[in-house]
Amino acid sequence: MDQMAEHGQEVKLVGAWHSPYVHRVAWVLKLKGIAYEFVEENLNKKSSLLLSCNPVYKKIPVLVHHGKPIVESLFIIEYIDETWKDNPILPTDPYEKAMARFWAPLIDEMLLEGSRKVPYAEEEQLEKQIQQVSEAMEVLEGMLKGKKFFGGEKIGFLDITFRWMTIWLGAIEEVAGVKFFNSGKYPLLEDWKNKFIGFHVVKDNLYPMEKLVRFFKKYR
Amino acid sequence: MADEVKLFGMWASPYSLRVELALKLKGIPYEYIEEDLSNKSSLLLKYNPVHQKIPVLVHNGKPVAESSVILEYIDEIWRDNPVLPQDPYDRAMARFWAKFIDEKIQPTARNANLAEEKEREQAVEECCQQLKMLENELQGKPFFGGDTMGYLDIAALVIAFWFEVVREVVGLDLITEERFPILCKWIGKLQDIDVINECRPPKEKHVNYVRARYEAAKAAASN
Repeated sequence: MDQMAEHGQEVKLVGAWHSPYVHRVAWVLKLKGIAYEFVEENLNKKSSLLLSCNPVYKKIPVLVHHGKPIVESLFIIEYIDETWKDNPILPTDPYEKAMARFWAPLIDEMLLEGSRKVPYAEEEQLEKQIQQVSEAMEVLEGMLKGKKFFGGEKIGFLDITFRWMTIWLGAIEEVAGVKFFNSGKYPLLEDWKNKFIGFHVVKDNLYPMEKLVRFFKKYR
Repeated sequence: MADEVKLFGMWASPYSLRVELALKLKGIPYEYIEEDLSNKSSLLLKYNPVHQKIPVLVHNGKPVAESSVILEYIDEIWRDNPVLPQDPYDRAMARFWAKFIDEKIQPTARNANLAEEKEREQAVEECCQQLKMLENELQGKPFFGGDTMGYLDIAALVIAFWFEVVREVVGLDLITEERFPILCKWIGKLQDIDVINECRPPKEKHVNYVRARYEAAKAAASN
């Protein structure tokens, strides 16, 4: 509570409801009990706030703390962990932290960037994207061996970074008529997905699958 | 128990240099293993199965890959002479700009250097816009890290030294005094730092190496 009073003033999260990068930051803020104002951006008509906060990439999410902008979801999460030190999100062991820093952006690239094009891809491209997503899921399946969560006994940084997957991929599966999760090929990931849905903080943040499906269909 | 630190690197790699420099700046003893990238050792493949690339730091038998990840790891294990800034906001900025160098500046510079004449002007313009954004981070400071070198200076060494070698080979001068007076001043300061000169690839050997790769890339592009 003390650290909230000291640091908790003026936290804004600039983002869009359909972005998994925004959601992972929102979940971290909620897990740490940090009050914030959410500023919804229309990515087809970017606000002057966004353009001034992120002039380099003009992308969301942007965390604004005491008027200073921080960008890139993974860097934002590190910033949050370093500023509000209770309930650390990243592993405390330096080697485990290094592994988390190595895998998070790599899986983002393979899984998130691979899958986001699936609803719009032409047939040839589609094969390639599906292949990329499958490779990523195999890696994740391997990482879960002998563990309850990616973070071990409890939810950790990687669980939070990959959490979006269960809703996002589900929506893409429905829109594109492909199967990622429900193919039976990744039993540990299936288990993980089901465990995670029960976790109450995250449950508050489940963004509606139906809304996401409509969103994908609109831009198809 | 004494720490065992090994670095798998390559003499002409700016990523390898980042790690070497950080280890030297922090006074960490290490064993350096030179990799032949055309014939990678089984140890390298074992320690970095995902990317099979250097640099890889192996600390007491445990491997860490990716130069930015390695630098953060080093700072957390050996806490003297920190390479990253202390303030969380400054850390976020340093991380952002280091990533920008690798994901934006390096590829656009490569495009500019390999571009055909008709595309060159636009490619150069794009690269220069990005370099300008980075240069702005130096405003009023001798180094990106402030009074002394830090994480972002180390990440940006590729711009200081690799770009000049490519200029000698390709003939394209991206970082002119006229366009980037502050960056040029920063590069001048780096050239006077002993520990950097100890780690840098020897100039002539480096030029020959880059020339061979450039000619191969040009040949491949025209086929």
